[in-house]
Amino acid sequence: MKLTLEVWRQKNGGDKGGFSTYELEDVDTHMSFLEMLDVLNQDLIVGGAEPIAFEHDCREGICGACGFVVNGVAHGHQKGSTICQLHMRHFSDGDKITIEPWRAKAFPIIKDLVVDRSSFDRILQAGGFVTIRTGSAPDANALPVATDTLEHAMDFAECIGCGACVASCPNGAAMLFVGAKISHLALLPQGMPEKAKRALKMVEAMESEAFGACTNYTSCEAVCPKEISISGIARMNKDFRRASVAGAEPAHGKKR
Amino acid sequence: MAVTGIILFGFVVGHMLGNLQIYLGQEQLDHYAELLQANKPFLWAFRSVLLFCVSVHIWAAVVIWLRNRSARPVKYKMFQPPGLDYAARTMVWSGPIVALFIVYHILDFTVGTANPDFIKGEVYHNVVASFSNPVIALVYMAACLLLAFHLYHGLWSLFQTFGWDHPRFGWIRRALAIFFSVLIGAGTISIPLAVLTGFVR
Ligand code: HEM
Ligand code: FES
Repeated sequence: MKLTLEVWRQKNGGDKGGFSTYELEDVDTHMSFLEMLDVLNQDLIVGGAEPIAFEHDCREGICGACGFVVNGVAHGHQKGSTICQLHMRHFSDGDKITIEPWRAKAFPIIKDLVVDRSSFDRILQAGGFVTIRTGSAPDANALPVATDTLEHAMDFAECIGCGACVASCPNGAAMLFVGAKISHLALLPQGMPEKAKRALKMVEAMESEAFGACTNYTSCEAVCPKEISISGIARMNKDFRRASVAGAEPAHGKKR
Repeated sequence: MAVTGIILFGFVVGHMLGNLQIYLGQEQLDHYAELLQANKPFLWAFRSVLLFCVSVHIWAAVVIWLRNRSARPVKYKMFQPPGLDYAARTMVWSGPIVALFIVYHILDFTVGTANPDFIKGEVYHNVVASFSNPVIALVYMAACLLLAFHLYHGLWSLFQTFGWDHPRFGWIRRALAIFFSVLIGAGTISIPLAVLTGFVR
């Protein structure tokens, strides 16, 4: 299979960057998208050129390291999939493929397709701790959680923090990510004690980063490799609203 | 944004129901208009609330729009985010167009300067005079269609904003948004159409 790739190349954050075009002669349809780039990079290295920088780790769709925009869609056009799990059989001979990094002010480019997603880390840190017992595994049924509830929480816990939601949002908003993180803990008894505080702190942290604001385009959930629902955003908004009204401090029965 | 949006939505529904009295004849509509004008302090209080809501709504829209524009300083060469519907994409256009329409609309029926044959207090006559001109009637129909789109996305969005959702009944939010926007679209567009086709004269 022959392909023409148009790839964003940028030496570093200060560089202006631009597109470079590469012709690939013999792409195996069994390759994953990243393997196709590995092959191209091998050729570039042999030819004395700088290989294309992109992030990856597990290559099985679970770590959240990979991610860039392929033909205008974050992680490519395959639904519910990271780019490492997209295979070349989904492309046809002669295709022209445009590859761009996540574009968001809150995700500055480090090099080529690699962006700095530490804004996500700062939001998570702002969420603070969860008061669970650490150490040996707890007794299986010491804390009963209904199956429905834990499945619901797990749907949000699936978020791998790849940043596709921000990349695909016309507003560059991070609400699906933050909504998933907040909902995942707010649905479980373990997450209850800090629920209000967490909602306030994480939303504040999100707003202090350079993300945009949600206008309910829903393209985040459409590209999310874990197909996380925007109902997480509704829950985040609800928790935030309640915490803003009631305050984040725990209730107390003593006169103060 | 959502709070003022709800109030404006409420006004549009009430306003439309009031206007639909045109189908009950001249006397009924003119009497209703007279009723609205009867209590001046109340009328101006009502108008101030509306103006305040419109201003806050627009101000919030501008703030969000500016923030979102700066969130992506370098644009994509190719950007085809899936999942966007027409109403969501056109909010930044349908909003200002409806706002401009409201100004024209007030000049047409309240002030009267934009009306082809304005007679103060004769609302039925003024409406028929305006909509007998096909250009004006079409402008109204287009604006009301845009308003319906704007309200469709707005209504659905405010459920998200307030966090009114349910794992099993969340779909009702879309259904309600469709129901009300179709209702408002059909109700408002029917009036210029009725005059244009000679059904109301
Ligand atoms: C075909 C549909 C419509 C008709 C026939 C209509 C008719 C009228 C009439 C006759 C008045 C003047 C009432 C009076 O002062 O005696 C009026 C006022 C007004 N209309 Fe409409 N209208 C329509 C649609 C809309 C829409 C879509 C909006 C936008 C939300 C709107 C917003 C207003 C406003 C803000 C006023 C001024 C209220 C005031 O004077 O305090 N109208 N309309
Ligand atoms: S490399 Fe781990 S999710 Fe793609």
